[in-house]
Amino acid sequence: MDTIEVSNLNRQFLFRQSHVGQSKAKVARDAVLRFRPHINIKPYHANVKDPEFNVDFFKQFNVVLNGLDNLDARRHVNRLCLAADVPLVESGTTGFLGQVTVHVKGKTECYECQPKPTPKTYPVCTITSTPSKFVHCIVWAKDLLFAKLFGDKNQGNDLNVHSSNAASSSEHVDVFEHRVDEDIEQYGQRIFDHVFGYNIEVALANEEAWKTRNKPKPIYCRDVLPDRLVSQNGSFDKFCATDEPSSVSAMTSLGLKNPQDVWSLMENTKIFLEALKLFFGKREKEIGNMIFDKDDQLAVEFVSAAANIRAASFGILMHSLFEAKGIAGNIVHAVATTNAIIAGLIVIEAIKVLQSDTKSYRMTYCLEHPSRKMLLMPVEPFEPNQSCYVCSETPLSLEINTYRSKLRDFVEKIVKAKLGMNMPLIMHGSALLYEVGDDLEEDMVANYAANFDKVLSELPSPVTSGTMLTVEDLQQELSCNINIKHREEFDEEKEPDGMLLSGWAQAPPMEKDNNMPVGNGESTPSTSQAVPLKPEEDDDIEIVPTEIKTIPAGTKRKISELSSTAISEPSSATDGTRSTKKEEEIDGDDDVVVMLDDGNSDISKKKRLH
Amino acid sequence: MNRMKSLHQEGRKEQKRYLGDDQWRKARNLRALLGVLAQTGREGVLEQRRWLRLRMDGEELTEQETALYDRQIRVWGVDAQRRLSKSHILVSGMKGTAVEFCKNIVLAGIGSLTLMDDRMVTEEALSANFLIPPDENMFSERSLAELCCDSLREFNPMVRVSVEKGDLSTFDGDFYDKFDVVVVSCCSLRTKKLINEKCRKRSKRVAFYTVDCRDSCGEIFVDLQNYTYSQKKLVDTIEQQLQYPSFEEAVAVPWRALPRKVAKLYFAMRVIERFEQTEERNPGETSVADLPSVLKLRKELCETQSLNESHIPDGLLERLLAGRREFPPVCAIIGGILGQEVIKAISGKGDPLKNFFFFDAFDGKGIIEDISNPDTGS
Repeated sequence: MDTIEVSNLNRQFLFRQSHVGQSKAKVARDAVLRFRPHINIKPYHANVKDPEFNVDFFKQFNVVLNGLDNLDARRHVNRLCLAADVPLVESGTTGFLGQVTVHVKGKTECYECQPKPTPKTYPVCTITSTPSKFVHCIVWAKDLLFAKLFGDKNQGNDLNVHSSNAASSSEHVDVFEHRVDEDIEQYGQRIFDHVFGYNIEVALANEEAWKTRNKPKPIYCRDVLPDRLVSQNGSFDKFCATDEPSSVSAMTSLGLKNPQDVWSLMENTKIFLEALKLFFGKREKEIGNMIFDKDDQLAVEFVSAAANIRAASFGILMHSLFEAKGIAGNIVHAVATTNAIIAGLIVIEAIKVLQSDTKSYRMTYCLEHPSRKMLLMPVEPFEPNQSCYVCSETPLSLEINTYRSKLRDFVEKIVKAKLGMNMPLIMHGSALLYEVGDDLEEDMVANYAANFDKVLSELPSPVTSGTMLTVEDLQQELSCNINIKHREEFDEEKEPDGMLLSGWAQAPPMEKDNNMPVGNGESTPSTSQAVPLKPEEDDDIEIVPTEIKTIPAGTKRKISELSSTAISEPSSATDGTRSTKKEEEIDGDDDVVVMLDDGNSDISKKKRLH
Repeated sequence: MNRMKSLHQEGRKEQKRYLGDDQWRKARNLRALLGVLAQTGREGVLEQRRWLRLRMDGEELTEQETALYDRQIRVWGVDAQRRLSKSHILVSGMKGTAVEFCKNIVLAGIGSLTLMDDRMVTEEALSANFLIPPDENMFSERSLAELCCDSLREFNPMVRVSVEKGDLSTFDGDFYDKFDVVVVSCCSLRTKKLINEKCRKRSKRVAFYTVDCRDSCGEIFVDLQNYTYSQKKLVDTIEQQLQYPSFEEAVAVPWRALPRKVAKLYFAMRVIERFEQTEERNPGETSVADLPSVLKLRKELCETQSLNESHIPDGLLERLLAGRREFPPVCAIIGGILGQEVIKAISGKGDPLKNFFFFDAFDGKGIIEDISNPDTGS
């Protein structure tokens, strides 16, 4: 369902400048037909999670090749391919790294047998009160400040929450609201002083928090820009009245041309105030329903400046707009060459699938630095994971406070977020507690709505310790049993959701410090509890093979994994139709089972497929 | 006074680190000429950086370039991107793999690309070259290079793509001065050696690459002569120096002197290469019918080289002989690896591979082999 953007053109070579804004599926199809006119290609400009792409739809195909850019969609397609019994070739790239994997029901692991790293989330208090990294400042600037000033006013916002929780945020007057006839410059300075000055002073009053941490410094406008007068309305004259709202930029108006420069505190302050002014002056209509968009120059400028000022206040290194944009926009770095290599490897695997050459299926990893002389490393696929709740129907366990948590919490945080179900159905025995769908009757909908906000133990069919719930997604044809266990208390930092799901292997969220490649694509906006965001990216990424917790005894596998499960671009693989390759015997000593030996992991030989 | 001096030194160190050695030397002279004083103020530093960038390269990246190249700048940085935009590359032999390579470097935003291939379109070419419109009305009367040139321009209007006619092996040495990188494909052994030597004789380094794909195998050769670059290892930066042999020197290394378990494809390609030379065939002009003669040649070579014949399997040789056509996914893979290598060499960033790369779709391994004299490294 994506449309073409300028930044795609450095690698998605089926597209041209003139195609920007058009449907990727449609333009790609037209481009391919130009050099292979007789192929049958049908484009769908739609979301792969749409109900029309059900199991019957997938059953039409002999093989599915994924070129998705987020974990959610990949899990969804994985389940549909399992349900339809259609082989799936998955892939991903990030910078110089990439991999191709093959998934065949019953024969190999499914895409979810090995846990995939989820985007990193941060505890609320870190974001609102005790940031220690630049990414915390970005999250604050984007999901709190920007949202508060320009986003939906009705959304809950933690902006004034302090770690002591003593200062109540229920003020009668909304500090952030632009008062009628208030001079914009004055408003800007007022907001600045409030979030960077006053709020910090309030935080400082809570001595406990700063016993082991560096104290932040309050910053006020008058300190950074002592000569700035309130009446600065003249700056609007600099712009031509016919300025497109989308091309309005604080950088341009201030003459700061280079997005790679790291600005000073003063420059950031100027940008902050100028951006705010421009939003109110040129884009007033959008205020109140704006969502941060990395391609919105002014929004990026505002968020970068705000994050930098906060960083300065907390003694964290400031970053250039270019870097800040990458973090705030979850931008994946990408080049044409890696994508070309992975595309070639995808086609090779696809051909093996079409020829049912099962013994030849390989997972192939593309490395930046050779491992034992290899830049392209093939590995035999693993057997299915017996504990995988997706392809092996293992029951899960959930610890939750059944007297405090609501059905809504369960559905949003567990069923949708963790289990990746799109249109779930929740049953307790034969009682339908909740369901999502288009064809529901009104009284059912009302019933579910009522249930949604009930605490678990107070549901019509009460859910307490020992209850087993069945959650299903009909479209994905996935059914999962969850044993509920009541627990009173949860650690706010370690278990911010107030729930603990076990029985499935979950990869730990990645830390920037490990220099690991990023996880599986754009993170979806958070609920108010924790704010997910991808870790920052380094210029040079090194692969650090990660150790995954070994699966309990009884299963015959131990695995080590390259942490290169990465994001993929909508892959511009050319549609190879060659199938004339002769089958030949591989030489005896061509040992294809490659062990990834990082020296300190205990690897036993994987069980081969045949 | 001392404080001023140490601040000045700090500023210089920072600038040197920021600009890199070459640029730093240039900058110093220019500054001396224009009498710019080192400023330690924040605005001064920013302004100075900008000024130095302008003097050095003539231009900063345009807004258009920054937008287009955003995702790759996040991989290799602005400096590398700038260097790419000033590079000039020559490619001879427009088969599928070379085409993939050209697509990659044009997308990456090199300065200019010169194509050489006077051959006309054949059905074989169409099977692996996606730049040629399959409509005969469109491609008749035009050479492969001309057709590819038109298509490649569309991929990135900021890159100058042009065609050079003629036989590259007859051109004088100074023709090569125009280029930073020369890539040859579909080339006989004799021509490879000839062009490689010409490149090596130039006063400025001209990087030399060969690339060939047969059946579902591919081979890349790299010659960067004497190559020094900074290698970032976690926190430290180390100066690395590599010495590359020429193609002639590399293939002259006795086979028994090579490490055990060198890719079989290396030997197989050398046998085929020698066969084509002896029989005076054009590169790639072989068939399964040649197998008996090739097996005989293999026997002779292995005897001379004291190498067991099992290192060069019959099956592999047969595939390479029969596979006149390239296999498109392998073209993409080899063209991708080659693209990466050329970008590394131009930008000076990243470990270049030394000195052969092999890929065989049958086992799926992409292997680097260092075929050089163990004593000298070249």
